[in-house]
Amino acid sequence: MILSVFFTSCEPDETQVVTNFTTITMQDEFDVAGAPNSGIWGFDIGRDTDGWGNKELQYYTDRSDNVVVEDGMLKITAVSESYQGAAYTSARLKTQGKFEQKYGRFEARIKLPWGQGIWPAFWMLGSNFDTVSWPQCGEIDIMEFKGQEPTIITGSLHGPGYSAATPVTKSYELINDRFDTGFHVFGIEWGEDYINYYVDDVLYNQITPEDADGEWVFDQPFFIILNLAVGGNYVGAPTTNTVFPQEMLVDYVRVYSAE
Amino acid sequence: MKKFKFISYFTFAIAGIVTTALVSCEREFSEDITLATFPTIPEVFTDNPVNLTDEFFISFDPADGANVYGFDTDNDAYKGTQAIKIDVPAPNDPNGSFIGGIFLDRGEGRNLSEYTALTFWAKGSTTATVGLFGFGTDFIEDKYTVSLEDTSLSTAWKKYIIPIPDPSKLVQEKGMFIFSAGTQSTGNLGYSIWLDEIRFEKLNTFAQARTSIMSGLDVNRRVYNGEIIIDETQQTVNLGDGTELVTNIAPAYLDFHSSDPTVVQIDAQGKIIVVAAGTATITASFNGVEAAGSLIVESNGEFISAPTPTQDAADVISIFSDTYENVNIDFYNGYWKPYQTTTSADFDVKGDNVLVYENFNFVGQQFSDPTVDASAMTHLHMDVFIPDTLPSNAKLILTIKDFGANGADGGGDDKTQKVTILSSQLKGDAWASIDIPLSLSQRSKVGQFIFENGGSAVTNLYMDNVYFYKQ
Repeated sequence: MILSVFFTSCEPDETQVVTNFTTITMQDEFDVAGAPNSGIWGFDIGRDTDGWGNKELQYYTDRSDNVVVEDGMLKITAVSESYQGAAYTSARLKTQGKFEQKYGRFEARIKLPWGQGIWPAFWMLGSNFDTVSWPQCGEIDIMEFKGQEPTIITGSLHGPGYSAATPVTKSYELINDRFDTGFHVFGIEWGEDYINYYVDDVLYNQITPEDADGEWVFDQPFFIILNLAVGGNYVGAPTTNTVFPQEMLVDYVRVYSAE
Repeated sequence: MKKFKFISYFTFAIAGIVTTALVSCEREFSEDITLATFPTIPEVFTDNPVNLTDEFFISFDPADGANVYGFDTDNDAYKGTQAIKIDVPAPNDPNGSFIGGIFLDRGEGRNLSEYTALTFWAKGSTTATVGLFGFGTDFIEDKYTVSLEDTSLSTAWKKYIIPIPDPSKLVQEKGMFIFSAGTQSTGNLGYSIWLDEIRFEKLNTFAQARTSIMSGLDVNRRVYNGEIIIDETQQTVNLGDGTELVTNIAPAYLDFHSSDPTVVQIDAQGKIIVVAAGTATITASFNGVEAAGSLIVESNGEFISAPTPTQDAADVISIFSDTYENVNIDFYNGYWKPYQTTTSADFDVKGDNVLVYENFNFVGQQFSDPTVDASAMTHLHMDVFIPDTLPSNAKLILTIKDFGANGADGGGDDKTQKVTILSSQLKGDAWASIDIPLSLSQRSKVGQFIFENGGSAVTNLYMDNVYFYKQ
């Protein structure tokens, strides 16, 4: 790792602890066509309460129309169709109960969809999500994207006292490029008392307990979520200009731990 | 401050200026090397025109109202020392009611294939909407034109982007920039536009191009054998800030397809040629991706021209023909509101111009400037073609109107001759030649014809060879 090179761009810190995460602990290259590997991925189905708490407009399914592995990629497709009372369908995959890990490097190589009201994300929730309430479980948003801002992604951290509209957050903007025309690697390196956020080879943020206006809840295992939402508080609704279907293409998901 | 000359349309013939093409090459070429490509210089105007002559601006035709006096440079620049300043005239400006023209590469042209967009910075003396910005117009071929309509300027400098639909096509482009501006958005008040840093750039911030023909609709059109030009071709791209930008792009950027090559063929140059009677759907693709919209062509086959008139030109006063010189015409369709439904779809088949009236109920033709002195004429001739089967109640009522001493429509001194042409004088799917003896006693200031269908089912008709003659 050559992290020190990039610290110059975000407040160099002499006491920075750098851990190398080089041991692969989970890897899905999406090389086997068909449904996603059920040993790694489960699904959230439906609309949950109030559109997954965000007034999202889609109904999540595990149909191949919405989620399939083909051409060496995971394809999550948002479709404009009337389904179970929703105007859109899409998919949300999670490793809950299948793969959970404390600390490490979590990264995915993704080509993002685009358009007003399109909200793809690569994120994590604390594995105690079902036993303690959110945001006590903690939420690490490795990448969130608003389809109407095709050059910008955001990495955020939600916990008790800093959640919903007030997370610890930072955006990253590509220079003379955009996220829906090619694949980019989105990742975090997460250790004791820090989470580093990067896009491709650019580290653009580090969040530590000092940044969090509340309890630091990131010393326990988390599980991974990949989803493509339509509408909702964060992005607003699609318009007639929004082109459907929209695809979120995931080339791989890889997780590493320290040696 | 440097003044640039303009050369208006009538003198733009290139006078052997061939010094520019090699400027970008820093090495000497040996005798036996031929240049593989044309210069790739991206800048069009920075503080001065770049790699263009001082005569880089060519105005639109002053005869069409273009004002050639408002183009200059100014030291109020976005960057550097100079910008282009354009004074947009008010409609009543005696020197012309709008301003516009092109920036022409007078050399061999440039290879722009490594760039993705034309960009420039602009501002206005007031918030205003500029009718047209673009590139690809060279007043010669105008082959790969791209234009952006109705661009809103603010009073602060702002960057504007016009994507190149397919840069690989621009290997020898001469049309570096085009603009056209009037005062439609400013309540007829003149204003100024500043333009700076005009250049081609390799921008990767816009994407998701979507192309359409016929405004994205499926449009039916009745045609005859011959070439069809589809110029309702547009592209929408998503800009880096998420906004959608729509440009008009030349048909040459698209590939056209015909559903039935026995009816419509696409030739090697991409021209759309109707070759036989029948129906075919024309669609288009851009870089292999289907464009929205289609043109469904219903071809009547070979167009039958009206009989060529044989009267001696000295005995004729022509209102509409390709055989004789026509008098000055106000209009062939007055679009009289509110009751007229008649629209015009005039066409030209191999140089034979034909008036086409669709949704016909009544229509006026006027020639009042000056009026026609038909005193010496004995007849009015016209050829009329009614497509499809002739309706049994077919009827055409013609009113010939003389404007009287005041030479103006109305005023109490007008005189008319009303003629009813019956179905026996008309033909279905064929030309009928109609000769009407003039009985109008006062016909020294004839200014208008009014055609009506008299409530009959004649709703489409073609007309040709409308003229007075002396027998």
